[in-house]
Amino acid sequence: MGPRCWRWWHWSAWPRTRQPPAGSTPSSRQQFSTQEQTTQICVVGSGPAGFYTAQHLLKHTRARVDIYEKQFVPFGLVRFGVAPDHPEVKNVINTFTQTARSDRCAFHGNVVVGRDVTVPELREAYHAVVLSYGAEDNQALEIPGEELPGVFSARAFVGWYNGLPEKRELVPDLSCDTAVILGQGNVALDVARILLTPPEHLEVLLLFQKTDITEASLGVLRQSQVKTVWIVGRRGPLQVAFTIKELREMIQLPGTRPILDPADFLGLQDRIKEVPRPRKRLTELLLRTATEKPGVEEAARQALASRAWGLRFFRSPLQVLPSPDGRRAAGIRLAITRLEGVGEAARAVPTGDMEDLPCGLVLSSVGYKSRPIDPSVPFDPKLGVIPNMEGRVVDVPGLYCSGWVKRGPTGVITTTMTDSFLTSQTLLQDLEAGLLPSGPRPGYSAIKALLSSRGVRPISFSDWEKLDAEEMSRGQGAGKPREKLLDPQEMLRLLGR
Amino acid sequence: MTGWRVHTMGVQAREGKMGARGDTDFSVMSFTGWHQHDHAPHLRSLHLLPLGACEASLACSTCHVYVSEDHLDLLPPPDEREDDMLDMAPLLQENSRLGCQIILTPELEGAEFTLPKITRNFYVDGHVPKPH
Repeated sequence: MGPRCWRWWHWSAWPRTRQPPAGSTPSSRQQFSTQEQTTQICVVGSGPAGFYTAQHLLKHTRARVDIYEKQFVPFGLVRFGVAPDHPEVKNVINTFTQTARSDRCAFHGNVVVGRDVTVPELREAYHAVVLSYGAEDNQALEIPGEELPGVFSARAFVGWYNGLPEKRELVPDLSCDTAVILGQGNVALDVARILLTPPEHLEVLLLFQKTDITEASLGVLRQSQVKTVWIVGRRGPLQVAFTIKELREMIQLPGTRPILDPADFLGLQDRIKEVPRPRKRLTELLLRTATEKPGVEEAARQALASRAWGLRFFRSPLQVLPSPDGRRAAGIRLAITRLEGVGEAARAVPTGDMEDLPCGLVLSSVGYKSRPIDPSVPFDPKLGVIPNMEGRVVDVPGLYCSGWVKRGPTGVITTTMTDSFLTSQTLLQDLEAGLLPSGPRPGYSAIKALLSSRGVRPISFSDWEKLDAEEMSRGQGAGKPREKLLDPQEMLRLLGR
Repeated sequence: MTGWRVHTMGVQAREGKMGARGDTDFSVMSFTGWHQHDHAPHLRSLHLLPLGACEASLACSTCHVYVSEDHLDLLPPPDEREDDMLDMAPLLQENSRLGCQIILTPELEGAEFTLPKITRNFYVDGHVPKPH
């Protein structure tokens, strides 16, 4: 055999069970087998969808997985969405951190896919690309007066108290006595809870741990005059989207009492007999709270309450009403609705009647929405998702999606986890079936060069860990788990840039 | 059934796939060889439960398991917070419990904890069920 076949002959002369030489690197093993090369996979988004997809891929393959993130810091809504008084929900950060630290994974923050680098460029550099960038817009009310001062999306409000840098200037005016939240999901209840929890409780949880709510927003909340929060839904008690754990928290919220109209619950006891368990338990709790006389202790607690929250049903927003000088929101005009159909699919239909509800703060919590990321990626503007079959983006081989951008913006972290694993399994099937591009791909080395030529300096996971340590150290002084950094310039200075 | 494993606290656990029930195929863990200890271990300390995203703080339902019928009533009833999280679990059944809350007392010898179909392949911590 000639010299050309030298390598191949050596390899095939080895007994089948012989391992590659100890200490060999993946690239040197490549010399011995044309079958082996490192699969390069890219994930866009570092929230639960991105991390769980990456986690699953890393466990079941020898691939390298690079995670891109537009924010400076990882974790998406786990950091910027989950309420400060729900720290246990953020425990997933521990497993994500382990993933990011594994040697076949790299985090690249401060990279805006669609602006700093395009999806076609990523698809050229990697064998597969997974889009897991979630839903960063909110569903608009699309009613007159929505632009008035005093009207915010719940999403912006949550971003503000959770330290999302682009929302730090929000500083809502909380000098009114009544706030109206439109929407009856868990985000609506989070916002209500933050508005109503006496500040001394936000600082000091039952276990005397302070929360990671930003000091700046705590300062604003301390000055709040808001005494009543209405949580308003277009449909009825059987269609509320919040879950029982969050409802219980509202009912037990210190310093507050619930206002529920028993008339909204007439006849419900019979109608829930055959309904699935989660809806049944939730409705039973609502019913009890609305119709049963509170026990002695609870009655005493309610009598001392200085704040109140209530649920209003069958009310759909028509217009935000301005103050006499036209300079801010002063109320909301609501259409009174009735239901057509039953159960989860029931639709609210206007009756023609209306009602005005005075208030100084309107928070719309009617859903999130994804944005299209790149002209090359198909997007369904009506559903607000990337068209896909089991996570394979329609008509774009090698492109996948997971999480909210795939299924729509509902569901808790567990739901997203399951979905991410399913997309990963789909990708693995395609990998094993030889459907992904063959031949080596450069991965991050190609993207790094592109970014550098565009003046973009990504933030690594170890950079994040420095910022993380700084946040925890600042929090420690105040007895909080962390004090979040809000200013991107300050973050860059801390990284020595 | 294959794959005996012994945990350091003396509880033996094994897992494998049972034959098809209808067209469904379960992964099952069963416990035998119990040794009495001063304090009973949590099921989760045996590292056979997948996931545990919230690290046993009753803030998720990823450790959802089905408990064998004969042993279901030997467990203390779930508290309200566990029931609230179980409400969120897909494929909920009468014998559903959150695995992170189960403590292995001697009466539970022979108990079988089955993973719901949707989670049985989702072992993130490297533990992969062995086929038989």
